[in-house]
Amino acid sequence: MLQEPFAVGNSILHRIDPRMRIAAATVYSVIVALSRHFPTLATAVGASLALIMLAKLRPRDVVIRLIIVNSFTLLLWLVLPLTFQGSVAISIGPLSVYHSGLIMSAQITLKSNAILMALMALIATMTLSTLGSALNRLHLPDKIVHLLLMTYRYIFVIEQEFQRLMRAAQIRGFRPGTNLHTYKTYAYIVGMLFVRSALRADRVYKAMLCRGFKRKFYCLHQFRTGKEEWLFGTAMGVAVMVLIYLEWLKAGV
Amino acid sequence: MNSAPPIIHLKDIHFSYPGGKAVLNHLDFKFYRGDRTGLIAPNGSGKTTLFHLIMGLVKPSSGKIELFGKPVSTARDFEDVRRRIGLLFQDPDDQLFSPTVMEDVAFGPLNLGKSKSEAQTIAHRTLAYLGLEGFEDRITYKLSGGEKRLVSLATVLAMEPEVLLLDEPLNGLDVDTRAKIEEIIFNLDLSYIIISHDIDFLLSTTAQIYTIKNGKILFDDKLQIHAHRHAHPHGQYPHEHE
Ligand SMILES: Nc1ncnc2c1ncn2[C@@H]1O[C@H](COP(=O)(O)OP(=O)(O)OP(=O)(O)O)[C@@H](O)[C@H]1O
Ligand SMILES: [Mg+2]
Repeated sequence: MLQEPFAVGNSILHRIDPRMRIAAATVYSVIVALSRHFPTLATAVGASLALIMLAKLRPRDVVIRLIIVNSFTLLLWLVLPLTFQGSVAISIGPLSVYHSGLIMSAQITLKSNAILMALMALIATMTLSTLGSALNRLHLPDKIVHLLLMTYRYIFVIEQEFQRLMRAAQIRGFRPGTNLHTYKTYAYIVGMLFVRSALRADRVYKAMLCRGFKRKFYCLHQFRTGKEEWLFGTAMGVAVMVLIYLEWLKAGV
Repeated sequence: MNSAPPIIHLKDIHFSYPGGKAVLNHLDFKFYRGDRTGLIAPNGSGKTTLFHLIMGLVKPSSGKIELFGKPVSTARDFEDVRRRIGLLFQDPDDQLFSPTVMEDVAFGPLNLGKSKSEAQTIAHRTLAYLGLEGFEDRITYKLSGGEKRLVSLATVLAMEPEVLLLDEPLNGLDVDTRAKIEEIIFNLDLSYIIISHDIDFLLSTTAQIYTIKNGKILFDDKLQIHAHRHAHPHGQYPHEHE
């Protein structure tokens, strides 16, 4: 069972040729990942937000995903500012908060949010099989496409199994705390998660084999490159240009 | 007796999961074209495993499998026969992996080399046959349990198999959906093997009922008598026939 809540929709972005979307998302993500200046990163976040609006994704779903990712960046905020050496921004008792650590954390936060939102708007808006065959048509080797698709699949499967296990623990009154019982329960849940995911993946794969799967994905999506595609391509091109200008030309590194 | 060779022939099959005890042991089984066979046996007796062996999803540690008169052992051999045998999985969630019903039902025909439009036509036809018109764009993971089962059946039937292996097709269904699936299965013009724990269902849809005991498939006399009693649910006294 695969959850792709964003894949169904009828926005302009959903209709754009998947190959064009993949190409745009790739270039855009690389540029954002390489950027370091705040005007660039802020612009990127803005552009990604615009993409999300264009894709007409349900704000709730988007926010939930952002919260998940930002719980990781929160971790960085806790660690980086304290460990990076350099000029001290604030001193709280024996702790020194370093400037460069703060900047680094901010950069990573902006980058990951911008990239994640762009991927949600551009990539998550196509179904698994569409993504697969689009990558195939972009001449990526079958094996890599296969690997990507399976990884993508497992994430959803694992998430679901995790929720099921957590529910099973919660309905029997499990309350996380800082004690051995909690750690043990979490260890069981994670262990169980791996086992179950592996078994489920195995059964799904078997079911696919039974229906003649030969490591090749077909999709019912008609690929075409028309006026909308060129318009979208141009717009994304301009956005990327602006980012490059802000990052490398204006700032003049 | 049928003079044509059996379409499924298992000879002296032995199977155990890694690290487990033997699940199937010296198992022999013949299944002929036109047969409608039921399989009723306790949980964990190896019914699902038997189906997976026939489909080549697990390999026997010893023994021979012949399908459609030819021995099969390699992955390649099984690839060819899989299109002729359709397996309905015990858990429909394993079977439905595409986001939309249409894509899932068309998946099989596309793998068989059909064009997009052919595959779509087949999918529409199969869905209509099962009374699932209008389900094409439904999201598979949002279907109810009964709908999932019907769509799973559609994904299997869309491959136009010659033999069906149905693993507990009524599991977890309400009375109405049960009746519907029972009728669909009964009207299929196919050979099939059905695993079920529901003896009445097997009696109405199959001609012979087997069981698995100690890893072997048996034609159980007691079971047939037991079955016979249930065949007259309205009879006042259950009775054994000589
Ligand atoms: N992947 C596996 N790895 C190890 N053991 C397994 C695996 N799958 C099944 N088994 C074991 O093999 C035996 C037979 O399992 P199988 O699923 O074939 O039974 P079944 O007759 O279909 O049962 P049920 O009526 O519950 O569906 C069981 O004892 C089970 O524990
Ligand atoms: Mg079973």
